Amino acid sequence: TGEAEAARAAMGGSASLLPREALGEYQELTFLGKQEILLAYKRFSELLPKEERENACSARVPKSQILTLPELRANPFQHRICRVFSTSDDGDDSISFEDFLDMLSVFSDSATSDIKSHYAFRIFDFDDDGTLDRKDLEKLVNCLTGQGQESRLSNAEMEQLIQNILEESDIDKDGTINLSEFQHVVSRSPDFARYSVLQL
Amino acid sequence: SFSREAQLFVEKFEGALGKGKGKKFYAYKVMMTKKWMKFQRDFENFKTACIPWEMKIKEIESHFGSSVASYFIFLRWMYGINMILFGLTFGLVMVPEALMGKPYGSLPRKTVPRAEEASAMNFATLWDFSGFAQYSVLFYGYYNNQRTIGWLRFRMPLSYFLVGVGTIGYSFMIVIRTMARNANEEGGGDDTSFNFSWKMFTSWDYLSGNPETADNKFASITTSFKEAIVEEQESRKEENIHLTRFLRVLANFLALCTLAGSGYLIFFVVRRSQKFALEGLENYGWWERNEVNMVMSLLGMFCPTLFDVISSLENYHPRIALRWQLGRIFALFLGNLYTFIIALMDEINLKASYLPPFIIFNMHMGQEEDFQPLEEEKIVKYNMTIWEASLYNGTIPENSTAPPIQVDPADVPRGPCWETMVGQEFVRLTVSDTMTTYITILIGDFLRAVFVRFFNYCWCWDLEYGFPSYSEFDISGNVLGLIFNQGMIWMGSFYAPCLPAINVFRLHTSMYLQCWAVMCCNVPQERVFKASRSNNFYMAMLLFILFLSTLPAVYTIVSIPPSFDCGPFSGKTRMFEVISETLEHDFPSWFGKVFGYASNPGLILPFILLMVLSIYYLNATSKSYKEANLELKKKLQSVRNREL
Repeated sequence: TGEAEAARAAMGGSASLLPREALGEYQELTFLGKQEILLAYKRFSELLPKEERENACSARVPKSQILTLPELRANPFQHRICRVFSTSDDGDDSISFEDFLDMLSVFSDSATSDIKSHYAFRIFDFDDDGTLDRKDLEKLVNCLTGQGQESRLSNAEMEQLIQNILEESDIDKDGTINLSEFQHVVSRSPDFARYSVLQL
Repeated sequence: SFSREAQLFVEKFEGALGKGKGKKFYAYKVMMTKKWMKFQRDFENFKTACIPWEMKIKEIESHFGSSVASYFIFLRWMYGINMILFGLTFGLVMVPEALMGKPYGSLPRKTVPRAEEASAMNFATLWDFSGFAQYSVLFYGYYNNQRTIGWLRFRMPLSYFLVGVGTIGYSFMIVIRTMARNANEEGGGDDTSFNFSWKMFTSWDYLSGNPETADNKFASITTSFKEAIVEEQESRKEENIHLTRFLRVLANFLALCTLAGSGYLIFFVVRRSQKFALEGLENYGWWERNEVNMVMSLLGMFCPTLFDVISSLENYHPRIALRWQLGRIFALFLGNLYTFIIALMDEINLKASYLPPFIIFNMHMGQEEDFQPLEEEKIVKYNMTIWEASLYNGTIPENSTAPPIQVDPADVPRGPCWETMVGQEFVRLTVSDTMTTYITILIGDFLRAVFVRFFNYCWCWDLEYGFPSYSEFDISGNVLGLIFNQGMIWMGSFYAPCLPAINVFRLHTSMYLQCWAVMCCNVPQERVFKASRSNNFYMAMLLFILFLSTLPAVYTIVSIPPSFDCGPFSGKTRMFEVISETLEHDFPSWFGKVFGYASNPGLILPFILLMVLSIYYLNATSKSYKEANLELKKKLQSVRNREL
């Protein structure tokens, strides 16, 4: 059909193609535009072995493959991102195409700040218990200061830092930060919307 | 579904949903708007990429903190100023004389004297800026006093004078403008209510995919955490007020004692060296000959360390402690300098066998006794008339119509050219200062780091944590070095137009060398602190030095007669006469009259009064604006608190 030809031409002549109805659906369900979805499809199918490229829409890419993407390679939260967006039942954090689109949609330019902060909260919640407690914050700081020994903060500095953060953000003083407190803090930051953008 | 149909419709008629007739025009307009926005974004990126050394400085900032980076930003700003000064002196003074003035060898002042010709091309002579380097456009003495030169009728002496005054004026203007701009920024203030949380949750830029950028980002996040922690600790410190005050008074007292002690030591040493000189320097060894230089250098090396130790008594915020340190070292250098000059002023001997560089200060202050070059000039002029007479074999008819005898310019006896000598001293000082800095970096930082790294395996104690360990970047020393160096340039560029060029080269290489040395051999300080957002403290010191440096040049322009035999003002009684000469010759006569009226004291005094009053008025209004600002900020804060 004409549309299939067009879709194939848009992807530069690769063998797989994205059905037109699916393209329309994805446009409705996510914040991404048509070109962005097609580009995502192309990049996703490149991560699959050749045999599976035909039905890329239903294939799952293991975590190790996703982490080879240059956009995610240097990101300190790469593992958490995979965990949060993966809908795999096996718990192996494998990513399907729809998960991938989900991720790109949340990190796109046009996503609202609410959505971004919601997902950022889930990414930072290392133990998945719905709140950011001291351990989560400690792991967060260690992620941010890199892997080197010299760049880690000492225990005293860590204590001081977490103390200050809880003082600033924990409004109900229960020792943890819940979603609404997090969104309250983060929505006022001038940098948040600018920095939480991923583009292929 | 309905939404599907609507979507298809919108896609099909996207371009034409503007005015019906202008379908194509609408699509064209949309495309042009998109292109224009893209162009603007690219241009912004290009402008940011054009700022030199931005990536280097960002890298240093992420590893060493904003205080170390502030030194490099200051260095870059100085480089900009020196480029402009270089442009002025090169384009308006050196190039016209080189292209349109009389060539080398045509005049006595432009030729190497016969006696020096043999050694004029030696590397040692050139390194010392004598020989061919001295008799070139690089120094004051080469320039001819012809009123206009070349087919363009370029007024060389006027240009020289105006460039000299203009460089000083431009420097003042730019320093004050930068201070004013920084003062504005400082007033802006930070919304620091969620400082730590923001650093934690929003500092990672997801678009940075490059591993090296990521490394820098990690380092900068760590540094900014540490800086914020230090700020927090400092603001919460509990102080025993009385003990702290007592300790601070004690520390200041100790610092004053050190300054007084070093001043006395220099006075004593200079007197001793004059005693040695009187008795003949051959009787004494190397130490006695170089005592003054050595003592001043040693004081310069050890007193700052002493100040550092004293400041640990005071327990200030690191940023404030840095300012006190800078202020004390500044006072030390200035005090040493003036003590030196005062000790010398009693017995100045310009023909001493070695001439310490700072002696030139005295030339501009030696008005109590006869200014020596004047004496020398009279002697030389007398000798020259005798020499001319000898050319005519003793007969000088009153109304001689004999043609002047052709003499090679290299053989003509020369008058003293104190301006060139002064310029040479400044150039030599700058070059030796540069060499010293580079060698100190290479030995003090690099070799030390190599030693610590490689000898650590076979040494009794841990070299990395104990003595000597890796060096930290000495912010105060470097900043002061930069400021004093710039002071030298401002002082000397009137007498040696080549000085801004040399300084541009020096700053350029300095930037690369120091950036490399910092990243390679230094470790960050224990307590990284955030530099104050404005560099106003450095600017204030720079302004002070600028003022001090321009005093000698202004004094010589106004009070001292220029050498009769060299330079663009030779033959005049005062250098500023070039202005009145220009007014006479090049401007219509009514202009001269107006100028004469304008320089009437009756007009100037009211004008000065008016300026003082306007300064007072502007000060008062700016105070009231600041207060209004604070009120608004408080209101904002209370509104925000109410929201919570």
